Amino acid sequence: MRYTDVICSFCGTLCDDIEVVVEDNRIVDVKHACRIGTAKFLSSNELEHRLLKPMVRKNGKLVETSLDEALDRAAGILKSAIKPLLYGWSSTSCEAQSAGIELAEELGGVIDATVTVCHGPSVLAVHDAGYPGCTLGEVKNRADLVIYWGSNPMHGHPRHLSRYSIFPRGYFRERGQSDRELVVVDVRKTDTAKIANRFIKVNYGEDYELISALRKVVNGGELREESVAGVPRKEIIELAEKMMNCQFGVLFFGMGLTQSYGRHRNIDNAICLVRDLNVHTKFVMQPMRGHYNVVGFSEVLGWQAGFPYAVDFGRGFAWYNPGETTANDVLQRGECDAALVIASDPVSHFPRKSVEHLAKIPLVAIDIHPTPTTQIADVVIPSAIAGIEVEGTAYRMDSVPLRLRKIKEPPEGVLSDEEIMRRLLARVRGAESGVQELEVRAR
Amino acid sequence: MKLILKNGFVYDPINGINGERMDICIQDGKIVEDVENGRIIDCSGKLIMPGGVEIHSHIAGGKVNTGRIMRPEDHIKNVFPKTGVTRAANGYSTPSTFLTGYLYSKLGYTCAFTAAMPPLMARHTHEELHDIPMLDKGALTLMGNNWFVMRYLKRGDVELAAAFAAWLLRAAKGYAIKVVNPGGGEAWGWGRDVRSLDDPVPHFDITPREIISGLVKVNEMLSLPHSIHLHANNLGRVGNYVTTLETMELADGAKPARERQTVQLTHVQFHSYGGDSWRTFASEAESIAKAVNSKDNVIVDIGQVVFGDTTTMTADGPMEYYLSSLTGLKWSNRNIELETSPGVTPFIYSKHSPVSSVQWAVGLELALHIKDPFNVLLTTDHPNGAPFFKYPTIIAWLMSAKYREETMKEVHRAAQRNTTLATIDREYDFYEIATVTRAGQAKSLGLSEKGHLGPGADADVAVYDINPEEVDPGRDYRLIEEKFARTSYTIKSGEVLVKDGEIVRVVNGRTLYVDAQVDESLERELMRDLDYYFKRFYSVNLANYPVQEVYLTNPTPIKVETGVR
Amino acid sequence: MKEIVLVPREQPDYGLIAECISCDVFAGRSLEEVENLPVYYGNRRGKLADFFDVSGEVAGRAEEQRIIIDGNVTKTRWIGRGMSAGEIVVRGSADMYVGAWMSGGRIIVEGDAGAFSGMQMRGGELHIRGNAGDYLGCSYRGEWRGMSGGRIVVDGNAGAEVGQNLNGGVIFVRGCVGTFAGVRMKKGLLVAGSAIDRVGAQMVGGTIVVLGKVERLLPSFDFKGEVENPAAGDEKFAGRFRKYTGDHAERNAKGVLYVGDHG
Repeated sequence: MRYTDVICSFCGTLCDDIEVVVEDNRIVDVKHACRIGTAKFLSSNELEHRLLKPMVRKNGKLVETSLDEALDRAAGILKSAIKPLLYGWSSTSCEAQSAGIELAEELGGVIDATVTVCHGPSVLAVHDAGYPGCTLGEVKNRADLVIYWGSNPMHGHPRHLSRYSIFPRGYFRERGQSDRELVVVDVRKTDTAKIANRFIKVNYGEDYELISALRKVVNGGELREESVAGVPRKEIIELAEKMMNCQFGVLFFGMGLTQSYGRHRNIDNAICLVRDLNVHTKFVMQPMRGHYNVVGFSEVLGWQAGFPYAVDFGRGFAWYNPGETTANDVLQRGECDAALVIASDPVSHFPRKSVEHLAKIPLVAIDIHPTPTTQIADVVIPSAIAGIEVEGTAYRMDSVPLRLRKIKEPPEGVLSDEEIMRRLLARVRGAESGVQELEVRAR
Repeated sequence: MKLILKNGFVYDPINGINGERMDICIQDGKIVEDVENGRIIDCSGKLIMPGGVEIHSHIAGGKVNTGRIMRPEDHIKNVFPKTGVTRAANGYSTPSTFLTGYLYSKLGYTCAFTAAMPPLMARHTHEELHDIPMLDKGALTLMGNNWFVMRYLKRGDVELAAAFAAWLLRAAKGYAIKVVNPGGGEAWGWGRDVRSLDDPVPHFDITPREIISGLVKVNEMLSLPHSIHLHANNLGRVGNYVTTLETMELADGAKPARERQTVQLTHVQFHSYGGDSWRTFASEAESIAKAVNSKDNVIVDIGQVVFGDTTTMTADGPMEYYLSSLTGLKWSNRNIELETSPGVTPFIYSKHSPVSSVQWAVGLELALHIKDPFNVLLTTDHPNGAPFFKYPTIIAWLMSAKYREETMKEVHRAAQRNTTLATIDREYDFYEIATVTRAGQAKSLGLSEKGHLGPGADADVAVYDINPEEVDPGRDYRLIEEKFARTSYTIKSGEVLVKDGEIVRVVNGRTLYVDAQVDESLERELMRDLDYYFKRFYSVNLANYPVQEVYLTNPTPIKVETGVR
Repeated sequence: MKEIVLVPREQPDYGLIAECISCDVFAGRSLEEVENLPVYYGNRRGKLADFFDVSGEVAGRAEEQRIIIDGNVTKTRWIGRGMSAGEIVVRGSADMYVGAWMSGGRIIVEGDAGAFSGMQMRGGELHIRGNAGDYLGCSYRGEWRGMSGGRIVVDGNAGAEVGQNLNGGVIFVRGCVGTFAGVRMKKGLLVAGSAIDRVGAQMVGGTIVVLGKVERLLPSFDFKGEVENPAAGDEKFAGRFRKYTGDHAERNAKGVLYVGDHG
């Protein structure tokens, strides 16, 4: 069976032109996806890499069990906790995220997503500076100056340049690449830098200074320094002028800016630079979001609870303050006494101190395949892959929402994240196991 | 479920009922003539109106959420912990979806339309509408800067434009055609704007005049329930009343296909300014009101300003940028490919500010100078003029010259000098309030089962703890303000949702959208064009664009046979 | 002044939310009522007496009340939230949000204070004898109108983003301030013993005085020469300082930065 217009559920590029051929519930061909996306689609075939049966820890070992027992155990752990942490969320559907938020509110716990270690700084910057952006089709149709700062799409978002930013023939950029200029700002010459029209090498940890210098020039000031952040004054002025004189410029930025020294102030300053440029011309910015539905999590939590991540429901209402309420905050201070991790692997990615605490507390892990996080969990529940085995909603990096398709069946007995959340919610509320009718919106 | 609301003072302007003491009978979610063995709710000494209908409020979708996410400081205000019935809820000018539903319901509203849905992001709008409880809902769908619309109208192909509009409403599950700063939204793709009705849009070379006239024709060809809903060019600009008056003339371009206006000019307060600089900023509400009074095919909604902190958010990208450059406050923007350009920025209306003070007066002037309340609907363009839960304050101002006078003393004297508000004695009565908060909206929207309490209407009722025989609204304005803020009962589809100002039951309402069909061959021609444009210029595939019905709670398509070929 | 003494017992790992520890809240109650004031940890609610031994005298009015916390309370947050009068002394270290939104009165922390202390302060005095965490005297996320009045003094060092969005009042850190001190400042005075980098980033008004050294200045600050004994508001600073204006990454920036290089 050939499926077209399939949406790849891997990265924030959220390509929706994938073609997949499925035979006997196996994906046998994938067209248009990049290497990473193709690998994800094909990986759904290999059941030996999947979690297939729920497990609970008995006498120190994870043993297979029934779904009911696993759910009962999980609900018990969460319900008896005083400060449970519900973490992950970026690689699952909005419907699952919504159910998770309801669960966190019911439990009076803390809910956070991978935003916190990725583009959290961008979100913090938006609180101060705003979000002057556009949808990616605008870039395709209008942009004549494209800047990637601290982002290497050739590796992280392989089809970004061909679907949106450089190669496509846009309505006003009919010659595609020839009608655009690509500038890369980075600490080293990345693969994206190698194909750029201009590469600017910035000293590590000094992006903020470079942005300040650019802003000063854009705002009509005189730059006195010979060089800033390792970039000669002449180049800075040239770049500023290029930005002021383009017709439609876009600044894409990634971890190079969010996770290097300065963090959210790097982004704050970058957003202010984009705003300053709007006095001269049309300029927008776009964070290069990593996981395919990390934006979705902030959208859903945003409209339901008013905040984009790191929410503590302990007092029966949402309270938000990164520095106190993020997953790493509550883990490093040893504040949470139970955790549910879904669609994420913090044991592999979190700072050591956080992982040490995570290992000490009862842990429920919901995932597609075994990870270091599932290895240390007390309850493991397998889930189906959104976008392949389950429908659901996801938001692209520019907040365009699409509906993921279901193109094959999940392994026998494996539920969607949303269904798992709804059953946990029913149990935590005291309803009989699985009996309570709670709306499951995506199948 | 059978209910009898006994002995209340009923105000039902659509059926001409003006404070009559009567019973309202409800069965199976509808108003009925009579009911046997219904549960009796004693409404003696209370005021009964149809459930409120919100015609224009930014409550669901991309830019609304951008407003929330960029303003965590707005969400530590107005905090309501969860209860056994309600979810945790928070937010002042950008309330969460749950709070939006709860607060509207407490005000006695049972239906609301979100003001500006961009079709590419329609799925997001519907996800948020899904999470707004308590209300029937729908979405006004942006078309005024749409590339397909502009191209078809430019080449005079009104039928194809109509086919597209019908298709778009189906794809986005929208209710009506919304037009915002026509032409300006596309110009904003280059950081520009349009400044008059005859300013050509860069590249597309069509003028705002042509877009508006074209869409007026399209709307009436399709015989849609609502007229076009128009946010005119030059919002907020000094002297913009000239543009507004010119714009109103465009309503004459077609006869309305239904018993309603041809154009609803929205939040017209923001479009009624005279003067030639911020220093000489003055009201031209009288001119606008005069024009509305003399035409029978244009109605307006106010867009009233109430002093305080709020957030502005519209699909008028260039205006939002301009506003943020005046205040220096944070600014968000999202140009949406081929479609529109929303923007968001906080704003503070201050009693010390001459401009804010005049703005406040203008809205009230419009309501008081326009003779027929069916022609001037109450909105704040939430949250642009003020959060919607300020409606009780506005109702009190309309009903009490004394309250207006008291407020006038507190604001900048420009309100006295540069507007006529201080000279107006007129006071609204309850009948007129019912008109401007529900009857007028229902009529404008073409909702025959809402906004009234005749048999067959939806059993959406608001009961307020006001005894019209004992209360003198002109004098007791504080009481009016207090009592319109929380109903004694809010009844939706025959169920009691609010009692004594508290939510007792949470339900999901219906989502209304228009399903208009055109001739098949016209549709085929359209699809060929859509296919090409989506492949070349959109960043999503056509197959992934339409919103699936699964997103809508209780999807309620309104079928329209258009006869367009 | 009448004194209430709170001797901390074991503090919960979850973090203890104790907004009730405020002279405004205590004043006019009975001792028993004070003991029963609500505190929160995780999703639970307890009472003050669960975590503190309460003794002493309650005053009739806040301005006559002193509260002494006799020990370390490194897990207790929001001490003195919103207080308008009276005095709180912490004989040890406290957790986050000490004196947040306070508008009057005095809080003394003899040890360290956690992050976000003095957040959105409007008046009164906050004195931290040890070190302060990040975001001293800051605004809440997204709020551009930050601390608007009052006086914060830190004898030790402070963390990152001291006086973020400062809009009035005085912050004085005798030791070293961390990165981005005075970020987005609009009004007010920030004085530091020494600073690391990015001092005054994105400031558009107000004054920053660094008595000692700044490791690195932003390229968007303009050097305006040397001055003797500069004044800022009511305060005067003895000695010779280098004067800068900025942050000229912003349009119309009117911020002033004095750097003393002293010791």
